[in-house]
Amino acid sequence: MDNILLWYATRASGLVALLLLTLVVLLGILGVLRFGSRSGQRFAVAALHRNISLVTVAFLAVHITSSVVDTFVEIDWPDAVIPFGSAYRPVWLGLGAAAFDLLVALIVTSLLRPRISQRLWRRVHWAAYAMWPLALAHSLGTGTDSGGGWSLALVLGCLGVVLVAAAARLVAGRAAASPDAVSGAEPLPGRPAADRIAARQAP
Amino acid sequence: MTALRSSESSLYRRGPTGLPRLLLSDSDAHPADFVAHRRRYGLLPIPSRNRAGRSRLVDLVGAAGLRGRGGAGFPTARKLAAVAAGRQPVVLVNGCESEPASAKDRTLLSVVPHLVLDGAVLAASAVGSEEIVVCVHRGDGLADALERTIAQRRGDPVRWRVAQLPRRYVASEESALVGFLNRGEARPLSTPPRPYAKGVRNRPTLIDNVETLAHLAQIVHYGPDWFRALGTPTDPGSTLVTVSGAVARPGVYEIAVGTPLATAITAAGGPSQPLQAALVGGYFGGWVPLPGGYDAPLLHDRTGPGMPMLGAGVLVALPAASCPLAETARVLQYLAEESALQCGPCRFGLPAIATDLAMIAHGRPDPVVDQRLVHRLRTVAGRGACKHPDGAVGLAASALAVFAADVQDHLNGVPCAGLRHSPVLPLPSAQQRDRSWQ
Amino acid sequence: MSSHRPAGRHRLVVAPIACDAHGICAELLPELIRLDEWGYPIVDAAGVPAALLAHARRAVAACPTLALKLHRP
Repeated sequence: MDNILLWYATRASGLVALLLLTLVVLLGILGVLRFGSRSGQRFAVAALHRNISLVTVAFLAVHITSSVVDTFVEIDWPDAVIPFGSAYRPVWLGLGAAAFDLLVALIVTSLLRPRISQRLWRRVHWAAYAMWPLALAHSLGTGTDSGGGWSLALVLGCLGVVLVAAAARLVAGRAAASPDAVSGAEPLPGRPAADRIAARQAP
Repeated sequence: MTALRSSESSLYRRGPTGLPRLLLSDSDAHPADFVAHRRRYGLLPIPSRNRAGRSRLVDLVGAAGLRGRGGAGFPTARKLAAVAAGRQPVVLVNGCESEPASAKDRTLLSVVPHLVLDGAVLAASAVGSEEIVVCVHRGDGLADALERTIAQRRGDPVRWRVAQLPRRYVASEESALVGFLNRGEARPLSTPPRPYAKGVRNRPTLIDNVETLAHLAQIVHYGPDWFRALGTPTDPGSTLVTVSGAVARPGVYEIAVGTPLATAITAAGGPSQPLQAALVGGYFGGWVPLPGGYDAPLLHDRTGPGMPMLGAGVLVALPAASCPLAETARVLQYLAEESALQCGPCRFGLPAIATDLAMIAHGRPDPVVDQRLVHRLRTVAGRGACKHPDGAVGLAASALAVFAADVQDHLNGVPCAGLRHSPVLPLPSAQQRDRSWQ
Repeated sequence: MSSHRPAGRHRLVVAPIACDAHGICAELLPELIRLDEWGYPIVDAAGVPAALLAHARRAVAACPTLALKLHRP
């Protein structure tokens, strides 16, 4: 196959995957923050979080396939899941492989959720906060576009979104751990009590 | 259940006539003295280790009609049968007396520990278990004494262990005991599966209160007919009650089941001041107005809408000079603080209910507090994983019903002199409570 | 909401410890589930009428903590 098309496919699918992963992380945090007051909003956030993560896997399948099939750089199938073993840019590619491994773990445990312990699911899901930075580092390190231009702006935009969302998550976590929240004393007016403590244990 | 032939009654030793039954000890012998205990009761008649022997023992307990003394009053023989049906069961002796106004379990463990342990050994042989864990709260001073008592025993076909649980109100609940032994946290678990089916290390687990086991041992020594000589046909035997509050001699007393409340109060020396009500059944129980309620029989069943069950035998006499709403509000606050915080309706509902009650009691109510409180009581009950919210709601609802006139007075701004009375219902101090669940 | 359940109906039950008050079940099945003042679900004890069974299954699937369960009659 024409290598240049494969190269375009790898870059495009990789960028889209990063965008989608950013959205997934954002939606996950919105769920913990109990975003949504009108009917259907919470369902929408949760459903989009699940469905977009599955779509991301599809884009990653394209991304991995095209990079392996592309003969211009030496990347083999195992390099997609075994980090730091590739001949081409082992460190930066390896970060991508690590991120992919974590994403697979996140998705498999979520699909198998009825059959595994809540504790296990929760612990694995915290790995999402490691997965996204690895994906980001991979795209900045291997991405041949990352030198400049609109694609860099897009990636930095994603970073901004995740930083704001993570900060909001942290603040909510502190509030949930405060003595009032823990003891169940009168909640903030206008917000159900449960929302205040939601960020206690959830990823 | 096998019917007992009169010739079988000669198989048993002669038991004491009347009361006391449990709280008998040789005054010169140390409670842990195993030899003295064996002298009084003789060898422990452990059944043969086969299905026939075990079911004979279960039938014996069934014939006696023994019901649990830990609060629920569940028929003991039925529990034994359920656990005996499983494989490699474990027996837990529940000596965790988390009810602040109760002292009967620690009294039994101090005065007649070997009788309790005999009962545990018999229960273990009835279900086919070789493992007994005696559970007590840490900081009670009971654990060390128990270890020494167990060390004195000879010939038990079981392995003993003593476990110390954190001093929290719900830690004594059956699934909390199991949770502590399995995972190190004394928080109630969701049931099903219930402990009798899957408990400690996923095995069938028998959990009995120390007083239940003491009665069980006496039934095996003295026979079911002797046990039934006191009490009522559906709720036989004797039972321990802890009487406190405005009585002359607060303490632990043994009464026949079905005795009227007045008898228990008299046994404790009678009122030390004029009384307005008595709390029956502990902090998951309810209020009985006095003097009208003096005839009320103390039973493990509910006899009517206004009569709380005896539960774990807690009776607190409330003087007329107290404010019953302030007392109830204090207890509700304690119960709210003792929530395991696992279920929303309990975690948020109990503090809200406690706040509403305190508002009514201390005369700063908003216009809709009574309606709001009634609504909250309705929505919180039954929506937790354990019975903690139900018990708290029951106490609050009982106060609103029995002291309705006081509620009206408080809402109308009538000053209440009882608010200046010192607290009557006992609550543990901060030093006597643990914050951790481990 | 009534409290008597006609025979033959499926039963919706909330596992109280698992429930984290996401409120999605009340969004998807408002006919049978409402939220208390603290955000936790109160399920109609009268059971699930046949017409709402598909919606009930959807609500069960949508619960992020798998706290909502549907029991057969």
